[in-house]
Amino acid sequence: MSTFIWLTVVTALRILGRNRMRAGLTMLGIVIGVGAVIAMVSIGQGARAAVQAQVASMGTNVIIILPGATTVGGVRGGQGGAVTLTVADALELKKRVPLLHETAWAKRDVMQIVNGNKNWNGPVNGISPGYLTIRDWSFVSGGPFTQADMDTAARVALVGQTVVENLFDPGEEPVGATIRIKNVPFRVIGVLAPKGQSAQGSDQDDIIFIPFTTAERKVFGTMFLGSVGALFASTDRAEDLPEAVEQIREVLRARHRLQPEQPDDFTVRTQVDIGRVQEGTSQTLTVMLFAIASVSLLVGGIGIMNILLVSVTERTREIGVRMAVGAKRRHILVQFLIEAMTLSLVGGVAGILFGIAGARLTTVVAGWPTIISAESVVVAFLFSLAVGLFFGLYPANKAARLNPIEALRYE
Amino acid sequence: MSEYDAARGQNGMGALIVCENLWKIYRVGDVEIQALRGVDLTINRGEFVAVMGASGSGKSTLMNIIGCLDQPTRGRYWLDGDEVGTLGPDALADIRNRQIGFVFQNFNLIPRTSALENAQLPLFYRGLSLKEQRALAAAALERVGLSGREHHYPTQLSGGQQQRVAIARALVSSPSILLADEPTGNLDTESSREIMAILQRLNREDHLTIILVTHEPDIASYASRELVMKDGRIVSDRRADVLSASAAGRSKT
Repeated sequence: MSTFIWLTVVTALRILGRNRMRAGLTMLGIVIGVGAVIAMVSIGQGARAAVQAQVASMGTNVIIILPGATTVGGVRGGQGGAVTLTVADALELKKRVPLLHETAWAKRDVMQIVNGNKNWNGPVNGISPGYLTIRDWSFVSGGPFTQADMDTAARVALVGQTVVENLFDPGEEPVGATIRIKNVPFRVIGVLAPKGQSAQGSDQDDIIFIPFTTAERKVFGTMFLGSVGALFASTDRAEDLPEAVEQIREVLRARHRLQPEQPDDFTVRTQVDIGRVQEGTSQTLTVMLFAIASVSLLVGGIGIMNILLVSVTERTREIGVRMAVGAKRRHILVQFLIEAMTLSLVGGVAGILFGIAGARLTTVVAGWPTIISAESVVVAFLFSLAVGLFFGLYPANKAARLNPIEALRYE
Repeated sequence: MSEYDAARGQNGMGALIVCENLWKIYRVGDVEIQALRGVDLTINRGEFVAVMGASGSGKSTLMNIIGCLDQPTRGRYWLDGDEVGTLGPDALADIRNRQIGFVFQNFNLIPRTSALENAQLPLFYRGLSLKEQRALAAAALERVGLSGREHHYPTQLSGGQQQRVAIARALVSSPSILLADEPTGNLDTESSREIMAILQRLNREDHLTIILVTHEPDIASYASRELVMKDGRIVSDRRADVLSASAAGRSKT
């Protein structure tokens, strides 16, 4: 039987080679379908990997607590509209919620920053030292400030890559330089390693960190000492996040003296919540891809079925001869199935090649990241095989059921 | 005593084909067509039989049944001692593959496929290795005088050569019977004579049993026995030494 199958494959390829134009047009549906799917899956996977990297760049097991909306006479302010979180809240959380590995607080404002004859308008963040640990910032040169810097409200700054590019000449060493933030001189003691875009699309490297105390007393001119823009915390294990969030809410509600019927005056978010939103997006993308793939493979499969039906009619006499010299029904069935699968497989392989080329082109032209996974190639290959098998079944069966006498007489 | 037993009694193991009261009835709409109406026939090993008759006389139906392409509605058919009238399609395909060689009026070669590959076709379905297939097919082509044309395509061959490829295809599986349905119907006189000479040689030298369907009396005259069919029955069955003598005379010219 194996000799038979091998020779049938060779014959099928030869028949396709003879009708190149027809075979090409027939395969076009499969080529386009498989090509589109391969290209889009690789773009989707590239995008997803980028998003995952962004979510991961936030740090590990991060909890963010934002001040809540105020409600004044039924008019609600936006998120973060109220000044409800304080340094004291953070210290209380550190004491009362043992699940938290680290707690920190931060406050930000956009300020004009000057270095010599260059200046830049960037977000200045007053942070407690734990923030750098929670958000997983590392340094390309220099290092973080310390608790002592916090206590003395030292005028030291850490600068992100974007700030470095805009304030310093290429090759100029930022560490040790003095920059002015709102006319207050700061010594740069560290350059942060780049993180790229955030999950929301903002540039995470356009940033300056200074000690929270320095920011509060010397730069921002805060009305309420001790109020913060956001609290940050992290747990050791991802499983602890929900429990930690519950405990944080309890502690903060108690501290803010909220009655049971009053809503929270703060919002607790975790990295998991942010990741979940992204996952939802990629699931939608997957469903759409599946729909496109199904439609194009269906159309391609119908094309194959159509051309095979024509072929069975054209070759009725040949089928009759084959039966007369001893071909059984299953031989004829297998012959036409192999022809169908050869068509769909050649189309599938061409589609895979076009898809990979398309993905590469997308990366080069549009700059989108793409990932061509072995799985998607294997699945596309098997799927095109299955399409050939499925849509070949009807014409092949029609051929196998021909009556040899009538087939031989067919004009 | 059945026809088959009778045949065995008379001819020992010589009977290759034994048909007993074969009927074939088709139904086209409400009309019943009786293509065969009780055919009794015994053909011995090594015979060269010509079947003649007008179209619609039932000779094609009889050929189809003898060739295991069709089955009788009623009656029994033994081929080489085995009753084959009741076998299923796969078993019939095996018998066609091993015992029967077909030669058709319109050659029925597979287009755009070389002479060698056309001759290989029956072996393809027997699961032989490609090497064996090629060797046997080349030998069969040699027997019909087509050595050196193995790689020609049907369109590159004359009608007579195409029919010789078809004969090689029929011979390649060493069948017991060669069924030739008007093998010279599409050929000129010269090619017809060549084809008939080949068939006669296969019959005389290799003792191949040949059943030939034809309209033309001078083609039928190559055979050693002549059946005439009419309205689904055999109306004449002559084992004529005269015929073979005249055929022998013709083959000299």
